[in-house]
Amino acid sequence: MGKKDILISLLIAVITAGAIALFASSSPDGLERVAIDRGFIEKGEARQVVSSPMPDYTLPHIENEKFSASLAGILGTLVVFGLGYGLGLLLKRRGKNGTFLHR
Amino acid sequence: MHIPDGFLTFNVWGAAWLVSAGGISYCLRKTSQVLKDRMVPLMGVISAFVFAAQMVNFPVVGGTSGHLLGGILAAILVGPYVAAVVISVVLLVQCIIFQDGGLTALGANIFNMSIVGTMGGYLVYLGVRKISGKHGPIMPATAIASWFSVVLASLFCSFELVLSEISPLNVVLPAMLSIHMLIGIGEAMITCFVVGFVIKVRPDLIYGK
Repeated sequence: MGKKDILISLLIAVITAGAIALFASSSPDGLERVAIDRGFIEKGEARQVVSSPMPDYTLPHIENEKFSASLAGILGTLVVFGLGYGLGLLLKRRGKNGTFLHR
Repeated sequence: MHIPDGFLTFNVWGAAWLVSAGGISYCLRKTSQVLKDRMVPLMGVISAFVFAAQMVNFPVVGGTSGHLLGGILAAILVGPYVAAVVISVVLLVQCIIFQDGGLTALGANIFNMSIVGTMGGYLVYLGVRKISGKHGPIMPATAIASWFSVVLASLFCSFELVLSEISPLNVVLPAMLSIHMLIGIGEAMITCFVVGFVIKVRPDLIYGK
């Protein structure tokens, strides 16, 4: 993949998370549906073990809901891109040295 | 299918953490062996795309939605080991930054979606391709494996809920399987669409070619 390919595909991901996701269904997903129907959804609504900076894909302190969700999606996409790419670089380098997790 | 904190008992989520830690460290080791230079940026791009696509919930029946899991999509591009690592990166970020899936349940979520869904689904893919011949079409195998990846993940998710005694097997299993058999159709459609697009524009990016 050349730089151009990477940029174009990253742009598609950013548009998906930042714009198309705004039109996503807000209905509960499969597991949530089963949990609601079978009456155990409230067990998952207790206090979280860790508090997240952008809970439920929204940025706190931003009034406009759509803008907040869009920004959270874009930020998340970039973070995940960086982590995936960075991990790839790390594993590639370690793989060459033959030191990564080799016994 | 991201399990939140509170659904699973300590025994279940603890065991799932151990199994996932073992499975993912194995995949990391395999990744460092099989990773080709061209796959490094692809790891970033696929992570980003799967994360973004998982935000786009599509409606299923009766006020329920589903979203892409992306394990088979990733595996067809970078192979099953790298794909399992990529899906785990997505799950980790969703858990830590977006509170989607609990931290205690992260091991179970990685087990269900990265290990069972991705690697198990890829075994289905290999099986179908074996039946259809080495040069058989890629699309039927892609569709069938995508569907199975979602259904298999939901099967193991059900087992974890049952082992946590949150709901009995005869209640959870049919409910989870039936809804995810529908969500799996969406998974197959999106995966085939994207894989078909990649084959058209960059066939060299398909794993094992």
